[in-house]
Amino acid sequence: MTLDLALFLVLSLVAIASALGMLLSRNAVYSALFLVLNFVTVAVFYLLLGAPFIAMAQITVYAGAIMVLFLFVIMLLGTEDLPKSQVLPWQRPLAIVLSVLLAAEATYLLVTKARPAGDVLQPEASVNTMDNLRQLGNLLFTDYLLPFEVVSILLLVAMVGAIILTKKEKGARQ
Amino acid sequence: MIPVDYYIILSTILFTIGVVGVLVRRNALIIFMSIELMLNAANLAIVAFGSALKSFSGQIFVFFVIAVAAAEVAVGLALIVEIFRTKKSIDVDQMSSMKG
Repeated sequence: MTLDLALFLVLSLVAIASALGMLLSRNAVYSALFLVLNFVTVAVFYLLLGAPFIAMAQITVYAGAIMVLFLFVIMLLGTEDLPKSQVLPWQRPLAIVLSVLLAAEATYLLVTKARPAGDVLQPEASVNTMDNLRQLGNLLFTDYLLPFEVVSILLLVAMVGAIILTKKEKGARQ
Repeated sequence: MIPVDYYIILSTILFTIGVVGVLVRRNALIIFMSIELMLNAANLAIVAFGSALKSFSGQIFVFFVIAVAAAEVAVGLALIVEIFRTKKSIDVDQMSSMKG
């Protein structure tokens, strides 16, 4: 067993365990913290796959910005734990059975049908970070310039939308 | 040497955990976090395929997905805050005003 494979197996155990912890913990703050751990683990997977820029973007945007926003909202609303109630008692077992089916089908189809030609990843020990960044930047500002600009407009629209949605209407409350 | 299949299987498992979260939990915030988990699993699969094909397009695509996810979270959390203000709860079972 090579070092890469051992690292992969340990990290995937951490990723799956933290995802399950997110799913199973009763307190929403714990769920958010488990999800941060999961995002950081996925960032390490990106490093293993030779994508250092995406790994850093993952940590800054997901683990940094998005999860801080989540924690703010959880603590702002004060709804860490909901009271128990079972409206549809058969929903939980049915959901688990169907999800296991989904996992089996997706794994089968992706592994047998969608498999790329080069089926073994090269050990990416010699990934040059500056080289990766330079190539990504070149592509982003030449071939993908239009999507890049569209994303900037999308972010502006999302910002305005979030402000308008949460703004208290003046006059309406009085 | 890690076969790309391993990454695909891991990504499928993470995606399935996200699906179970959306179906089973009733806290709207946890459902939203499960959606983020599913997005992340899909991103992992894209980067793994891109790395196996020696292509940079996968990484560019994931970059755009991350930007769109950030926008989605901002609007989604604003909606959840607004729902909490009107219904005083974020339990999705309570959001049944449109039920006939």
